[in-house]
Amino acid sequence: MSAPLLELEKATIRFGGLTAVSELSLSVGEGELIGLIGPNGAGKTTAFNMITGVYMPGSGSIRFAGKNTLGIKPNRLAALGIARTFQNIRLFSSLSVLDNIRVAARLHNGEGYFSALWRGRGWKTAEAETEKNALELLEIFDLANQRDELANSLPYGDQRRLEIVRALATRPRLLLLDEPAAGMNPSEKDGLMRLIQFVKERYKLSVLLVEHDMKVVMGICERIAVLEYGIKIAEGTPKEIQSHPKVIEAYLGAAAV
Amino acid sequence: MQFPGAKRWLLVGIALAILVSYFTPHFNRYYLGVVIDVGIAIILATSLNLINGHTGQFSLGHAGFMAVGGYFAAWISITAGAFASAVWFFPLALIAGGLLAAFVGLLVGVPSLRLRGDYLAIVTLGFGEIIRVVAQNTEAVGAASGMKGIPKLTTLGWTFGCAAITIYAITALVNSTYGRGFIAVHDDEIAAESNGVDTTRTKVTAFVTGAFFAGIAGGLYAHHKQFLSPTGFDWLKSIDIVVMVILGGMGRTVGVIAAAILLTLMPEFLRDFSDYRMILYALLIILLMLLRPAGLFAFNFKRRKKA
Repeated sequence: MSAPLLELEKATIRFGGLTAVSELSLSVGEGELIGLIGPNGAGKTTAFNMITGVYMPGSGSIRFAGKNTLGIKPNRLAALGIARTFQNIRLFSSLSVLDNIRVAARLHNGEGYFSALWRGRGWKTAEAETEKNALELLEIFDLANQRDELANSLPYGDQRRLEIVRALATRPRLLLLDEPAAGMNPSEKDGLMRLIQFVKERYKLSVLLVEHDMKVVMGICERIAVLEYGIKIAEGTPKEIQSHPKVIEAYLGAAAV
Repeated sequence: MQFPGAKRWLLVGIALAILVSYFTPHFNRYYLGVVIDVGIAIILATSLNLINGHTGQFSLGHAGFMAVGGYFAAWISITAGAFASAVWFFPLALIAGGLLAAFVGLLVGVPSLRLRGDYLAIVTLGFGEIIRVVAQNTEAVGAASGMKGIPKLTTLGWTFGCAAITIYAITALVNSTYGRGFIAVHDDEIAAESNGVDTTRTKVTAFVTGAFFAGIAGGLYAHHKQFLSPTGFDWLKSIDIVVMVILGGMGRTVGVIAAAILLTLMPEFLRDFSDYRMILYALLIILLMLLRPAGLFAFNFKRRKKA
């Protein structure tokens, strides 16, 4: 088996006296869909923030595509191929739907400050190309009709979808989804599960999914890691996790085992 | 592509400025002076709008950059005037003033743009005061008594030519895929960063660009008033420019230009009670915040309207 796309090795981060994530080892292979679950405050989002370069682990290492990512800024990691969505939606609220995508597509636009000022032929071609690609993406995800609407005027489900589409516009190899199903109703959740599957297949991505909704996690993840108090207590297939005594204890208390 | 034909508008603007400039000998000198003031205010407000409005970094140091550009351009004109006609050096002096201001902007921006909101405002405020105090104590630029004998080179054509270039540059920048990064930083720095936007670099770029045009405005101002006094670049001047940006609606170029015109003309009409000018300012802002929080000139035809 080739080296995994993302590999955390004993990654640890402390905030003052609190060890938010302790010696987390996790690997995500090419094309895998991995779930990361755990009770509130278990350190899932913190793990995300370490992977995306927002926080730097105090010890341990994180490797992405064979490269140590320690100390690389989030925007560089995005260029390397790590994209994410946020638990609380973070769209660019004063930009249109299309422009939200264009911001992410900036990485592949290639035109800089002076060509934007000069507006020469090369710039025009690149802008047209970027817009075409962005529209194509919107088309695929059924958002093209709202291209000129403000991002935060979209319905909630569409905003979630737009955030995923925006992440895709950076052309990632690894997509991190932070509670994408939060606040969704059951039918929206079904749609989301299909969407994640579709995105993964079509763009040949690896996906790391943090989610509370067990139906979603168990439904689509190939492998699941469970965090509690910053420590990984279990890892395995959805079936294994469902019957794992430590997991049941973490969620339901010791008496339930 | 957004704003197609922007370059054509730029050429039209410059041509118009030069054309009108031909007839200035027939104009009333007082009105001509006021109109040039308006042009300089437009440059200042439009360039600050990139920093405060589009990029959302609250800077209170714009008068400082203006002073840097103004003093440097004036110094070049006076020095060059000794052995050649300063007219030929004027564009060079303006650009040199702008470049020095941009360089100072880089020096100030790199460390201070790590700060946000009020902290950044205070640092830039402090920077503006430093510039003023340095000018006040530097004999080469006239120290406290001010810099005299600057040749009168600023014409209507130069002023509005530069204003047209400023408006074009800011508009072209912001309305490009590259420039959407400024607005992304304004909206959500964390999301911008995770989508590949180098937020620090974007902020510094906005800062340096704004400083460059403020420096140009300073050079025009110096060769318009023919006299530079350090007190003319105190923090109140910065506040004046910030008020134009807020009144026009942060990030709305048309509104900011309109506000720059209005707020430059208003004191002229209110000359008889100039003591109350600041009171009027304050009242205006309070009313504005209550009645039109998105800006007095927040026209709805722009796509980026706030809900």
